[in-house]
Amino acid sequence: MKKLILAAAALALTAGMGMAQTIRMGTEGAYPPYNFINDAGEVDGFERELGDELCKRAKLDCTWVTNDWDSIIPNLVSGNYDTIMAGMSITPEREQVIAFSQNYTPPADSAYAALSADADIEAGVIAAQTGTIQAAHVAETGATLLEFATGDETIAAVKNGEADAVFADKDFLAPSVAESNGELVWAGEAVALGGGIGIGMRQSDTDLKKTFDTAIQSMKDDGSLNEMIVKWFGEDAKVFE
Amino acid sequence: MFAQCADPKALEGLSWLMCYLTSGKHLLFYASFGTVLLLLAVTAPLALLFGFGGAMASRSRIAPLRWFGKIYTAMVRGVPDIIFFLFVPIALDQGIEFLRSRALCDNPVSPWQGNEFNVCAAAKMPLSTSPEWVHEGYGFTLAVVAFSVVFGAFAANVLYGAMNAVPRAQLETAEAYGMSQRQVNRRVLIPQMWTYALPGLSNLWMILIKATPLLFLLGIQDIVYWARDLGGAKTQAFSYPHPDWRLYYFLAILVFYLLMTWVSERVLARLTRRLSAGQATMGGEALRQAGPA
Repeated sequence: MKKLILAAAALALTAGMGMAQTIRMGTEGAYPPYNFINDAGEVDGFERELGDELCKRAKLDCTWVTNDWDSIIPNLVSGNYDTIMAGMSITPEREQVIAFSQNYTPPADSAYAALSADADIEAGVIAAQTGTIQAAHVAETGATLLEFATGDETIAAVKNGEADAVFADKDFLAPSVAESNGELVWAGEAVALGGGIGIGMRQSDTDLKKTFDTAIQSMKDDGSLNEMIVKWFGEDAKVFE
Repeated sequence: MFAQCADPKALEGLSWLMCYLTSGKHLLFYASFGTVLLLLAVTAPLALLFGFGGAMASRSRIAPLRWFGKIYTAMVRGVPDIIFFLFVPIALDQGIEFLRSRALCDNPVSPWQGNEFNVCAAAKMPLSTSPEWVHEGYGFTLAVVAFSVVFGAFAANVLYGAMNAVPRAQLETAEAYGMSQRQVNRRVLIPQMWTYALPGLSNLWMILIKATPLLFLLGIQDIVYWARDLGGAKTQAFSYPHPDWRLYYFLAILVFYLLMTWVSERVLARLTRRLSAGQATMGGEALRQAGPA
């Protein structure tokens, strides 16, 4: 019996190798509506739907893995998974460490949300998620940067008065602002940061990069990418021309 | 889970709460308590084994073995736990994948290239094609090893001290009866050392319970991970939107840990009593004076 199980397992393993390449898609799972764990305990969101569609077009077999934002790049380069789709904007600093596919969202606005519209975003305390382009931006302004491990905690920090405002992707903050019954409001001007969001990959995975570039291009060409952006981020979201 | 939970946004009050608390994500949260208990159940005996080996090695008459025991306890005890928890799983993982790449890749090159660690697909541990539970089990195993190595070193020191605390007269008497060194160890030293070791070991057990949230640090989805995720404010993108409830979730974890340590203390107190019986210690003396139970 034991041998039978072993033989079956070995067969299953070797059979698996013959199939399409398995790509492990890394995401944070804590940045709705980009990516989050839904109530069934599965990865969900814009990037889940987009990633699955890209894998389908590229004929790849994809599975989703979550990883803390903090260590999402180190664990990619050490091979725990093969891609990052976690609302990660393309920046020159990150490009020194990992490779990016072409962007799958246009460069998007980052915005301040606070308890009042006249919150001090110039010199006050601004909450941002560690290691994001927004955190880097706040560090360059005169404001005091207060970093948190997750985006959710940055919003909580504003609500309980720890920070004067939170600075994050506008599309991430928008649902929280809209549903706060006026408690949270936009403050200051939106700022355009980064070169859009791309799929992060190891620099040595050049074939995979080409595959995803082609798949993204095909979705841009037939307009399905824009449809998906509007579906998840609303009519006002920036789409590709 | 239940039929009436199909449309959560239409629910209110108690039925909403019932459905909320039985959502798939909550079931994962409840299961993660099992993960913590499993970690304790596997790590405690393994650490004790490591500790026993370390203590025996430290007492060995063979010099290299003695050095190994001493270095193990001194080194692990001298490094902050968190550093070790971060170091051991990565080192083990890369070590295993390196060895596998030598054996399984067609033309193995050094996996350390620039800032990347790359092995061919066949040498990945676990394979990319493996189901998710294999990946989780592998991560959990690495965590168990890290915990066992660290707590084993502390246990080794406790047991080493306990072995030295067994009165010399007891061992001498055994030797006078003509027992070999091995027999003295097995029949007199080891049975008697537990009473001396127990205070130290019970301390370690409590610290081990309280160290389990470090699993979160290793990327394992333990109770802290789920409490933080579930507690965060949820927008309408989720089936069960709610404000920031982290306080309640962390409170539940707090109660869980208090309960764990409370039960442990009671069990350990009983064990101490049992082991003290008939011993030439103050605890044993107190039991003797209280008269036969």
